[in-house]
Amino acid sequence: MNLEFDGEELAFQQEVREWVAEALPKDISEAVMNGTGVVKEQTIRWQKILREKGWLVPNWPVEYGGTGWTAAQKYIFANELAEAGAPALNPFGLAMCGPVIYTYGSEEQKAQHLPGILNSDIWWCQGYSEPGSGSDLASLKTQAVSDGDDYIVNGSKIWTSGAHLADWIFCLVRTSNEGKPQEGISFLLIPMDTPGIVVDPIIMIDGGHHVNQVFFTDVRVPKANRIGEENKGWTYAKFLLVNERNSIAQIGAKKRQIKRLQNLANAVGMDGATLADSTTYQEKMASAEIALNALEYSELRFLAGQQSDFAPGSEANMLKVKATELQQSMSELFLEMAAYYSLPFDGFRDMEGVNEPPVGLPEFTGGNEDFLYGRAATIYGGSNEIQKDVMMKILMSM
Amino acid sequence: MDLSFSDEQNMLRDSADRFVLENCGAENLRNTRDTEDGFSRDYWNQFAELGWLALPFSEEQGGLGGTPVDTMVLMESFGKGLVLEPFFATVILAGGVLRQLDECPLIEPLVEGGLLMSVAYAEPQSRYDLFDVATTAEKSGDGYTLNGHKAVVIHGEAADKLIVSARTSGDTRDEAGISLFLIDGDAEGVERRGYPTVDGSRAAEVILNNVQVGADALIGEEGNGLAILEKAVDEAIAALCAEAVGAMKVLVDTTVEYCKTREQFGQPISQFQVLRHRMADMMMEYEQAKSLALVAALKVHSDDPVEARKAVSGAKVQIGKSGKFVGQQAVQLHGGMGMTDELSVGHYFKRLTMIDVMLGNMDHHLKRFSKAA
Repeated sequence: MNLEFDGEELAFQQEVREWVAEALPKDISEAVMNGTGVVKEQTIRWQKILREKGWLVPNWPVEYGGTGWTAAQKYIFANELAEAGAPALNPFGLAMCGPVIYTYGSEEQKAQHLPGILNSDIWWCQGYSEPGSGSDLASLKTQAVSDGDDYIVNGSKIWTSGAHLADWIFCLVRTSNEGKPQEGISFLLIPMDTPGIVVDPIIMIDGGHHVNQVFFTDVRVPKANRIGEENKGWTYAKFLLVNERNSIAQIGAKKRQIKRLQNLANAVGMDGATLADSTTYQEKMASAEIALNALEYSELRFLAGQQSDFAPGSEANMLKVKATELQQSMSELFLEMAAYYSLPFDGFRDMEGVNEPPVGLPEFTGGNEDFLYGRAATIYGGSNEIQKDVMMKILMSM
Repeated sequence: MDLSFSDEQNMLRDSADRFVLENCGAENLRNTRDTEDGFSRDYWNQFAELGWLALPFSEEQGGLGGTPVDTMVLMESFGKGLVLEPFFATVILAGGVLRQLDECPLIEPLVEGGLLMSVAYAEPQSRYDLFDVATTAEKSGDGYTLNGHKAVVIHGEAADKLIVSARTSGDTRDEAGISLFLIDGDAEGVERRGYPTVDGSRAAEVILNNVQVGADALIGEEGNGLAILEKAVDEAIAALCAEAVGAMKVLVDTTVEYCKTREQFGQPISQFQVLRHRMADMMMEYEQAKSLALVAALKVHSDDPVEARKAVSGAKVQIGKSGKFVGQQAVQLHGGMGMTDELSVGHYFKRLTMIDVMLGNMDHHLKRFSKAA
């Protein structure tokens, strides 16, 4: 057993490194590295570049566009991209809906939807949570009532990320009230321009418009848009969650955050020197790096096929909890380093298109937004409390 | 020993609580944060009428002779209400400097509501060391010429007058050689860039470009300004701790109420043991914060400087720790709703986060406490 890359793996690393250096547009990597963040157009541009190379969906089966890479290659690839400042991909089509479609969809549905997902011409969002169904997602009430060859959909989804930018939405809808709540849910694909759909923005504490409430009033959706069997949608949704194991830890983004922390520590004065010179901050950085190592190598073990020694199948849940806790503690450290220069607030500035340079440290750009929006990380995707419940359910069933 | 509040303190609390309940809070914050001032001049006048601006000044100075505990009572109510008006900057911080002078003609207009002030003590490189001052005050004629950059001055743009720490002698990090100056906010050479802060308040970068002041602008003795500044800052920290306690009270109340009404899995989420224990933890953090805020108020004016320093720094550490936990867990337990701009929770959480970074964060005060002995 060893962690060293062999000759082939090193060659692959070199290949990826050289390609990314050439192919990743500067405006995109700069926006990522300096904390301003990317917009939809930039994400699309990068996704198309990856697709052109054949490297957009390494985790998909080869027959659908995947690369057939080993765990080591996937690990190397993700690392190189992160180091170079590649942005996160839009997960809804590539990591969620796409895999559900190629696993459970009909040939027609695959033909209709996979190309648009792969060429980034179609943008997806996820309609899961409702005002009355958050942690208890199975209790969802948005109804799809049969009407000939169609469903009529009525209800409302909330916390829908990017619904204001999306072309399609994949929804969990209720198609039966009999039996357990989970047994009456279907997985339905809906075009966002269907009459009867209204998107209301919800502003978050970082001042940003990331999520929405989506209202469905007598929305007519062909039954042909249903994935798989009626009332089996919960199974497909669970598959999707397990599938997220590959990307949920966002190790690359965290490695970039370590670099940003180091840059900030070098820029901030303290005791006549810098934060980077102080033992206190060196130790805090060390703590963050060690926690990141533990997360990274746990992900690698699971990627390589190892399972939990206690609750096999709970790996994604565990990674989600530790990854989000680390994300939050690093964003707190970032704020702590900036001291009172974390007070100036740029959040609403972006929305109004103001062009003034930010007050304080350029190395801190985006720090407040990351910290504030980062509070949601332990809430969304299944709150960390729910994740622990799921782990225990698996453990107790052993 | 007597830990009970006086009738006057109870009346002060009642009237302040009533005011903020009727007039302040998250909705007021959302409506006011984008206005030009970022606060209400009308509320400020009401503060004057209610006598609140006079509270901590001695009767000789034209005030009500209030103690730090009286200030604590008022600030706690302000914390409950997300008060935006520049009370802290004017009455506590700037007032804290003015209170140390034998005579000060500014106190009367301040107390009447006609004068807004702030103190410019921090600089880009200083972090939390009040003695780290690169701004210079060179003798010129009978007066001085000020040059430098003061950072994150609370309500600096609205201030009519600013108290500025500048160096009349010594190196940037020398404790001696620091002087305090009173300057007009719109004096020639004063460049102010105001901006909103994360918690819905206002601050400003203040650049001093050959600002000429007369000899009468000097506050106290030349070169001995640090002691005055430190005393004012310690009082201010005690007041800030009280504000944080008020904010925490609201968050614990709101969280308990929410968990009792929000149902998932067929029952109020307050039934789940994990959340019950979390709320119990929030409650305990609140009580401990409240206790040390009280100790800070009682000991900030102690004759024993070590006792005062440990009380103030200890409270600030506790407030940072408790404020972080209560703020973050209030958001967590409110689920997605806690993340919205519309709900009040996020605003209290942001205020607590910002209180921690003002006037010394936990690390700074841990160090200060451990060096105090």
